[in-house]
Amino acid sequence: MKLLEINHLKKEFDGLGVIKDISLSVEQGEVISIIGPSGSGKSTLLRCATMLENMDGGELIYHGEKAAWENEKGGCTYAPKNDLKRIRKYFGLVFQNFNLFPHYSVLKNIIDAPMSVDKISKKEAMERAEKLLAQLGLTDKKDAYPYQLSGGQQQRVSIARALALQPEILFFDEPTSALDPELTGEVLKVIKELAKEHMTMIIVTHEMQFAREVSDRIIFMEDGVIQQQGTPEEIFTAPNERVKAFIGKFVG
Amino acid sequence: MNLLTMVMQLLQGMVITTEVFVLTLLFSLPLGLVVSFGRMSKNGLLRILTKFYISVMRGTPLMLQMIVVYFAPYYVFGVKIASSYRFIAVIMAFSINYAAYFAEIYRGGIEAVAVGQYEAAKVLGYNRFQTFFKIVMPQVIKHILPAVTNETITLVKDTSLAFAISVAEMFTLAKQIAAAQTTIMPLMVAGLFYYIFNLAVAAGMEALEKKLSYYR
Ligand SMILES: Nc1ncnc2c1ncn2[C@@H]1O[C@H](COP(=O)(O)OP(=O)(O)O)[C@@H](O)[C@H]1O
Ligand SMILES: [Mg+2]
Repeated sequence: MKLLEINHLKKEFDGLGVIKDISLSVEQGEVISIIGPSGSGKSTLLRCATMLENMDGGELIYHGEKAAWENEKGGCTYAPKNDLKRIRKYFGLVFQNFNLFPHYSVLKNIIDAPMSVDKISKKEAMERAEKLLAQLGLTDKKDAYPYQLSGGQQQRVSIARALALQPEILFFDEPTSALDPELTGEVLKVIKELAKEHMTMIIVTHEMQFAREVSDRIIFMEDGVIQQQGTPEEIFTAPNERVKAFIGKFVG
Repeated sequence: MNLLTMVMQLLQGMVITTEVFVLTLLFSLPLGLVVSFGRMSKNGLLRILTKFYISVMRGTPLMLQMIVVYFAPYYVFGVKIASSYRFIAVIMAFSINYAAYFAEIYRGGIEAVAVGQYEAAKVLGYNRFQTFFKIVMPQVIKHILPAVTNETITLVKDTSLAFAISVAEMFTLAKQIAAAQTTIMPLMVAGLFYYIFNLAVAAGMEALEKKLSYYR
């Protein structure tokens, strides 16, 4: 089943096209990595998909439910507020710089949204949180505050916070780019474990080896368009000119 | 007049001073939040109006504002001013004046909250109300506490301006007694009272800051 469908997405900033006609559909359980040079529109794509930015054209469909569609005036119309509220539950987003709530403990960061947004009981929220904390190796940190944690731990908390709402699809925008090199491993490991459990994920990353190992499909973006996409094998063994030039920079 | 009677009289004035202080905070703290919303509004007209309001409140003397508020009913509307209106005029003038200062403090605090906080809250599904009161406001309060402490201490001293329309707060009484008895003593005692009041205010605010220091 298609969890997400993006058709002919367009996004401009100050009249400049940043996303130029991107279409993408995501099946249940798929892991997709998005790679490409900085400024190519990867974050903007995720921000449009998670409705942090309004699209300027195209349509956005979760689970067959239309969140946004193109109108006659050449812009996008969004679904009514209550529909969007429901549609938002389909996805979660993990930010490059975590964006944890600094005044909440680790535990509170994880249980607050399930309780105050999904209105589940404190008991159930706690059970979910305990499970996630154990799974992500954070049990002994549950009473700590974000400032007391390393970047890697903070990112794992933010993954737990997103998972606590039980999204069907999880987006990551460069989840390890703000981390010291020695801390990226622990976060990538967590994402790999989620992939093993068939969590549907779309990951913007510069970690080529990781993308190659974890993805079912890799998308190479440049200048607001998808230049090439395919299995890791296709991308790494038969890259087109642009992809070859990009990957070459990483291999050195 | 012995020292005890004088202190007792001044303490009566202190009650009025405390009332002015408490009521001004009670009204100006929430009013300031409303003004800061206007100042940051998407509506351009509202933004200009609140900006003008703030600049007038900050750019003219509080004493003048108070006198205008006090005499306005008579000069503008021709209404006879009752003596009970004096105290009300003080509270009104102080509240709208301090609201302007607090509005700017709030605005600084609200704008200092990282966009990422709003975005995380939005993606997690918090509504606007929850986002503001659960996520933004606690961080704003921590951020603005030192500035609010400064304003609050200034307010304690500003209450003495009420003497200009003869409200019987502590400074007014101290001045009257000093003139009648030809001694500087009441003014010294009043000064001591203001100082002690402010020590208490500072201690209270410091305790609050400490309470909020559990996170960074
Ligand atoms: N809010 C914004 N306002 C104006 N321009 C923006 C904004 N966000 C992104 N851009 C521009 O859009 C382009 C794509 O940015 P982004 O999606 O962040 O790329 P990437 O994540 O691939 O590095 C860049 O040129 C960037 O400057
Ligand atoms: Mg980016």
